[in-house]
Amino acid sequence: MEIAIVSGKGGTGKTSLAVSLAQTLEDVQLIDADVDEPNCSIFLDMDTEHKANAEIPVPVINYDLCTLCGICSANCEYNALMRVPDQILLFDKMCHGCGLCSKICPENAITETPRTIGKILQGEKGNLLFNYGKMDVGEELSTPIISQLKQHISKERKIVIIDAPPGSACPMVETIADVDYVIVVGEPTPFGLSDMKIVIETLRILNMKFGIVINKDGIGDKEMEQFCIDEKIPILLKIPFSLEIARNYSKGVPFIKILPEMAAKFESMLAKIKEEI
Amino acid sequence: MNEGDIRQVTVISGKGGTGKSTIIASIAACLKDKAILADADVDAADLYLLFEPEQSEGFDFYGLRKAKINQELCTECGICLETCRFEAISKDFEVIQTRCEGCAACHHLCPISAIDMLDNVSGKYFISDTRIGKLVHAKLHPGEESSGLLVAEVRKVAKQTAENQNRDLVLIDGSPGIGCPVISSLVGVDMAIIVTEPTLSGYHDLDRILQLLEQFKIPGYIVINRYDINEEIAQKIESDFENTFPIVTKIPYNPIFVQAMIEKKSVLEVETEDKDVLQIKKMIIELSNFILKKLKLDD
Repeated sequence: MEIAIVSGKGGTGKTSLAVSLAQTLEDVQLIDADVDEPNCSIFLDMDTEHKANAEIPVPVINYDLCTLCGICSANCEYNALMRVPDQILLFDKMCHGCGLCSKICPENAITETPRTIGKILQGEKGNLLFNYGKMDVGEELSTPIISQLKQHISKERKIVIIDAPPGSACPMVETIADVDYVIVVGEPTPFGLSDMKIVIETLRILNMKFGIVINKDGIGDKEMEQFCIDEKIPILLKIPFSLEIARNYSKGVPFIKILPEMAAKFESMLAKIKEEI
Repeated sequence: MNEGDIRQVTVISGKGGTGKSTIIASIAACLKDKAILADADVDAADLYLLFEPEQSEGFDFYGLRKAKINQELCTECGICLETCRFEAISKDFEVIQTRCEGCAACHHLCPISAIDMLDNVSGKYFISDTRIGKLVHAKLHPGEESSGLLVAEVRKVAKQTAENQNRDLVLIDGSPGIGCPVISSLVGVDMAIIVTEPTLSGYHDLDRILQLLEQFKIPGYIVINRYDINEEIAQKIESDFENTFPIVTKIPYNPIFVQAMIEKKSVLEVETEDKDVLQIKKMIIELSNFILKKLKLDD
């Protein structure tokens, strides 16, 4: 069973929940797909090792064959290629690796070479298998890293928990593609609710099954709860707000260590999720 | 005001939820006679919630075009399926809109030209009148691809608006992370304010966003929000980064930030006698003046 944890707004507690679940449940693989800012490893006392480079293919021009006709640069939708009098310039960070240029070059003068944009790391401790992706600073495209990271999803593990990037744009959509269920972690504040609504709109377009976890319950107002009731969206769990949890979080201690009674609630949450799937 | 004279400041954070938007809202309220506010967090834009636009003008935003297969012509030869590297074509030869990155490879390679590239409205942007002046904000359509392009559009429109309104500053609220929309919110700005929090995650993410600022050679100034949640880490942020990225202010944890949000106000606009809140308001005014001074707009 693959479960993705998303949020819309950043800082609502996706990572805390993902790590707490991973440390409580049996036979889990945890995947940190927030490749811009992967933070799960901070909460896990675990050594990780380099597993693979995340790469995208970029064009290489063979000037023995190139006639500078400019078909490649004229047709690149990302403006990653530019023809100047004596060569074709490549702006490699703009290249999405679609391969169009190499396929339409009439002289077959373009081949492709992989360019590293991040890495995939892995660790294992006790019962927990952990993978994460990390984008190199200065790179723009996280989506290909996420899709390569997801190739490391284990088929043997009973539960795979995927910590998604914030927002509702393409990196989030890539993360939740093909998962069985999505947990939306919301912070009950006006900003938290507004961002949650956008994520829910996206999940509905994608026909995903989802439920809500309200984190930092008590910090704001009751609008989020009311919204879930009105929209008939299941509230899977509420995690209270406390400064003690916040202080422990700051040191890398997930809330499950402060609220061990949550473990039982996780079990009933999972039972609810299984029912829905 | 000449567009070339307009200064731009982006507020970023690396980690989400550090208080970026609440802090820029207060700065914007403080500088309402000088600045235009641009919400460039296009897939989670929230500032309009605080400033409740009295009037809004909306415009469609066209992102990259997307492929459409003409089912009447399609012979299901499968070349497009093989060509597409984004798995955006389903087995029954429909383009999956949320996966199509608009590269047009299928369009060029379809042997019978059955695939067209169609204009695609990937979001909407707005120029709104609010009590603090003009706010430029946007909404990316769910699951869309072109967030970096929409950020660039929001910035362009905000700059034009500043010019028309005779303002010399654009305040830009950025997205979390370090990728495409963040880079798009930083290109060519005069200064970045980084709002961080003293947590191990906050520290880790701050380190990465500062590396990005170094690559782009953008001067950055750090605000440590909720510094008293963990004074030890706050101290470490100061000692590790102070030399290259000065710490401008340290704001204590206070429930007023959420309370003000519920009242649809920036913290600066909250009327109070509470000493701690007054102190926070003072810090925000000082921070706003600091930005003006650094940009030589403090005439």
